[in-house]
Amino acid sequence: MAIELLYFARVREAIGRSAETVSPPHGVTTIATLIDWLAERGGGYAEAFADRGRIRAAIGDSFVTPESPIGDAREIALFPPVTGG
Amino acid sequence: MTTAILVRVQTADVDVGAELARLEVLGGGGVASFTGVVRGGGGLQALELEHHPGMTEAMMTRIAEEAAARWPLLGVTAIHRHGRMLPGQRIVLVAAASPHRAAALEATSFLIDWLKTRAPFWKKEHFADGTSRWVEARAEDDAAAARWDDPESLSEMIPGKRSGEQIER
Repeated sequence: MAIELLYFARVREAIGRSAETVSPPHGVTTIATLIDWLAERGGGYAEAFADRGRIRAAIGDSFVTPESPIGDAREIALFPPVTGG
Repeated sequence: MTTAILVRVQTADVDVGAELARLEVLGGGGVASFTGVVRGGGGLQALELEHHPGMTEAMMTRIAEEAAARWPLLGVTAIHRHGRMLPGQRIVLVAAASPHRAAALEATSFLIDWLKTRAPFWKKEHFADGTSRWVEARAEDDAAAARWDDPESLSEMIPGKRSGEQIER
């Protein structure tokens, strides 16, 4: 199923785009496996996700963890730890 | 106690006087506030704030609602700017009105601590020499936010702590 991916801040700059639609293979069931799959593309993707400890994720408008299932998520955002306020 | 919650994300400046006046008429006691201002020095020319438009207001509203659940508040205001800002310009205003000063002061502290660690904003610093860099998240901010942690509270709001799980930092 198609998922809309959103990238922000350093992740967006490394990948070179702010959003894209992807259709991951069946093995991609969690946030962590989604990031692994994206990183395998190499280049800016490998750079963006080189340090997994500094990647945060949200499904819709809620934070999720690497272990969180993707389920039927329509929109997933990947970004560095937040620095607002 | 019904709490009037106002959350806004905007590029325009924040009229602090007008926003605090709005809270002052809710019944009194006291109004406490925190204004975040772009820190100058070090050759900083401008600060750029990026955010996740679909998520920001939802998270800020949940944080405001959490404050209203924890303290007896008449009103909560949280306004965060995005876009480009200059040193000395306002970034964020959080404020709380309560019949009692302790509740207003504590809620204000809670609001900014949680906003810094849970609202999806990212700061990029632009310097006079043409260089720029993303601001790194600070462990002190996580520690400040953790002061308010409550296992009974909305754990899904805490990045990396859902169901007690930890994201490696």
